[in-house]
Amino acid sequence: MPDILQRATAGTMESSDAYVEIEPNENGLEIQLDSVVLQQFGKDIEQSVRAVLLQYDIHNARLNLVDRGALDCVIRARVETAIRRGKGEQS
Amino acid sequence: MESKLVNNLSDAIRAAGLKDGMTVSFHHHLRNGDFILNLVMDEIANLGIRDLTVNASSLFDIHIPLMDHIRNGVVSKLLTDYVSGGIGRYISNGILSTPVEFRSHGTRATDIACGRTPIDVAFIAAPATDCRGNCTGKLGRAACGSMGYAIPDAMYAKKVIVLTDELMPYPLADWAISENFVDYVVKVDEIGDPKGILSGTTRITRDPVGLVMADMAAKVIQASGLLKDGFSFQTGAGGATLAAAASLKKIMLEKQIAGSFALGGITGYLVEMLRSGCFRQLMDVQCFDLDAVKSIREDPRHREIAAAHYAGPGTRGAVVDSLDVVILGATEVDTEFNVNVHTDSSGCLMGGSGGHTDAAAGAKLTMIIAPLVRARLPIVTDRVGCISTPGSSIDVLVTQRGIAVNPARADLAHALRAAGLPVVDIQELKQKAESITGVPQPVAKGDKVVAHVLGRDSGIQDTVMCLPQE
Amino acid sequence: MIRSMLFLPGNTPNMLINGDVLGADAVILDLEDAVSPDEKDAARILVRNALGRMGFGCQTVVRVNSLDSGLCQKDLEEIVPQKPTALMLPKTATAADIIELDQLVTSLEETHGIPSGTIQIIPLLETAMGVENAFAIASASTRVLGLFLGGEDLSADLRCKRTKEGAEIDYARHRVIVAARAAGVEAFDTPFTDVNDDDGLLADAAYAKGLGFTGKASISPRHVDGINQVFSPSQAEISYAREVMDIIAEAKRLGKGAISLHGKMVDAPIVNRAKQTLEAAAALGLGGIQDGI
Repeated sequence: MPDILQRATAGTMESSDAYVEIEPNENGLEIQLDSVVLQQFGKDIEQSVRAVLLQYDIHNARLNLVDRGALDCVIRARVETAIRRGKGEQS
Repeated sequence: MESKLVNNLSDAIRAAGLKDGMTVSFHHHLRNGDFILNLVMDEIANLGIRDLTVNASSLFDIHIPLMDHIRNGVVSKLLTDYVSGGIGRYISNGILSTPVEFRSHGTRATDIACGRTPIDVAFIAAPATDCRGNCTGKLGRAACGSMGYAIPDAMYAKKVIVLTDELMPYPLADWAISENFVDYVVKVDEIGDPKGILSGTTRITRDPVGLVMADMAAKVIQASGLLKDGFSFQTGAGGATLAAAASLKKIMLEKQIAGSFALGGITGYLVEMLRSGCFRQLMDVQCFDLDAVKSIREDPRHREIAAAHYAGPGTRGAVVDSLDVVILGATEVDTEFNVNVHTDSSGCLMGGSGGHTDAAAGAKLTMIIAPLVRARLPIVTDRVGCISTPGSSIDVLVTQRGIAVNPARADLAHALRAAGLPVVDIQELKQKAESITGVPQPVAKGDKVVAHVLGRDSGIQDTVMCLPQE
Repeated sequence: MIRSMLFLPGNTPNMLINGDVLGADAVILDLEDAVSPDEKDAARILVRNALGRMGFGCQTVVRVNSLDSGLCQKDLEEIVPQKPTALMLPKTATAADIIELDQLVTSLEETHGIPSGTIQIIPLLETAMGVENAFAIASASTRVLGLFLGGEDLSADLRCKRTKEGAEIDYARHRVIVAARAAGVEAFDTPFTDVNDDDGLLADAAYAKGLGFTGKASISPRHVDGINQVFSPSQAEISYAREVMDIIAEAKRLGKGAISLHGKMVDAPIVNRAKQTLEAAAALGLGGIQDGI
């Protein structure tokens, strides 16, 4: 069974939020980050994204995150929501 | 009576004797609606004049065409007090080979008056003038109210050209700048776009956090002991600072405190405070909205004030030195209380001191209000990206999660604590912010100096580096 | 002590981040009406993370989705481990609803090693049935912190128009107060929904306080200060309570039975009221702590 079943999104582009898009991928993780605080928090953001992916045992996915200055717990929530939606979980 | 009206701008520039390497100046009362700076610089470029220094009291995004004149060698140096984000990005990317000199509004006026920054030709956009150059911002289709920042240019430039789109019969009685200082008058189609000059009404923030800070700011003023008859006050037009004025007004009316004056950039809100008896006088260097313009035109208690009188250091008298309280904003504050209003979090220029540094130096109580965290960035840092106003001028920082008092003001900290206000050490405030955001990595800087920020002594206070080139 | 409760939409990070600095004694993180049906999952995860990581400086209430929504169990699974002060159950109609919620929470507390009974419940009474069953609901579980009256949905259920004056919910307000006090729990009043009418808010809050409500909810941060002010004991009330406690102590010392203050008999209800006032003042740091209690 592939890690991610379907393309899914979570979050918004509003200030202090993040928008996450995830889709199935054949070979490994492809993560793309865009953030208003990339210089200051780019590493932290990537670490959090990878931690949540690992928690859900996702090793193959393409993930695109646009961060609008979200706190870490918000980023993690949006990534988790996208993953669960991508796995076909109902709200 | 001999008219000073010249046929066109080109003739006026020639008559003024503008040559390569000279300095021209502009004021910013028309803000982002100003047509004059672009019009004049295009004409100067057409005349083939090069290598000019531009001394502009502020630059806005409408002035981005100036960047082409820099690229083409028409302009080689900039002196200014404030730049908007669009202009700031060009400067931070190193468009000029000579660093920009940033001054405060007061320091600009003093340096012009004392000859440290002489002006060869001043171009003064005037919403209304007569044919001899008596001009004002109170009348005309592009009325901007006060013309305070243009006054030093008019008084000390070697040649002064007034540009207008509204010629009035001589003598225009209520002038800001008199014919005494004016060499030539030029009529143009439009000096500016009223929509970019003024906002309709300056609104108080609806942001709940802004309101919480505003309320705290008013309580700080009350606890400081300065809020009594004769109280004087300055605040910006920003959402939260204006909301602080609203909270203050409530207290002043409740306690029947009759203040003396409000100073600086004037909004409709301060006009309302004047009318309701909170102040006897408005000292107005710049009108921010239509209500302020209407008031300065009609109400003798609302006075225009020249930049040097407002804030000039080393003058025989500047009003900032009689100020009780000023409320100011910040993009960053460091643990030494230094304030940055020049650069954003990535180090890109996007502002300037304006009157920040002057009012902070003069006021008995200088308060910064800012949210502790802005887009995941802590407001409190170890060292600000640029020292716009030195920490020695700052007394207190108000955030929604606590108030930090400059250790030099133990008396104030004591008074605030006694009033039950949440006073914390600035280090603690920094830790609080970082516990919410995480610890930010320092941002990379380029290796070329793009700006010098001058202090009120006209010495270099700080240096801004270019953005890292990719 | 909860005087003010501020509703915050559960899926809006910008509102959650600063929710605890707006002066409310409790924030209500809303997973129900403030969240659209297709964002229920996102809000649930966001609120869970916010509770876990943000360290709210006030009490936290989570309004979960109703028992019949099919979402409540999922909400509880994510939220209970984060130990909010209380869960608010919308559309509570019978004691059985509270018993069911209690069982769900008890089982989750056990799974997550949380001492049983940690998380309290605030039944939201917003139907005619809920109001009619108010006392049974309030007594259905020791977890019940207080009853909460929801005027908007109730008016719809009563088929009447919700007005600013609130005559249509007057009976319900009285009923909820009596039921709550009979069961020994708190009572919280419905929000005043005109966010621009500050005087209206103060009048509405003062009326609710007069009826006996403990506090009042708000949908706007603008109303929080007004609510706190109304539901805090005033300086005059605190001074009077101190006088009562002083004279009681004096009477005890002298072995006197009947005593009076300002020409009025001081009996047991007056003493109890004075104690409550001083307790409230102490809890709010209003300087009632040194005397009497």
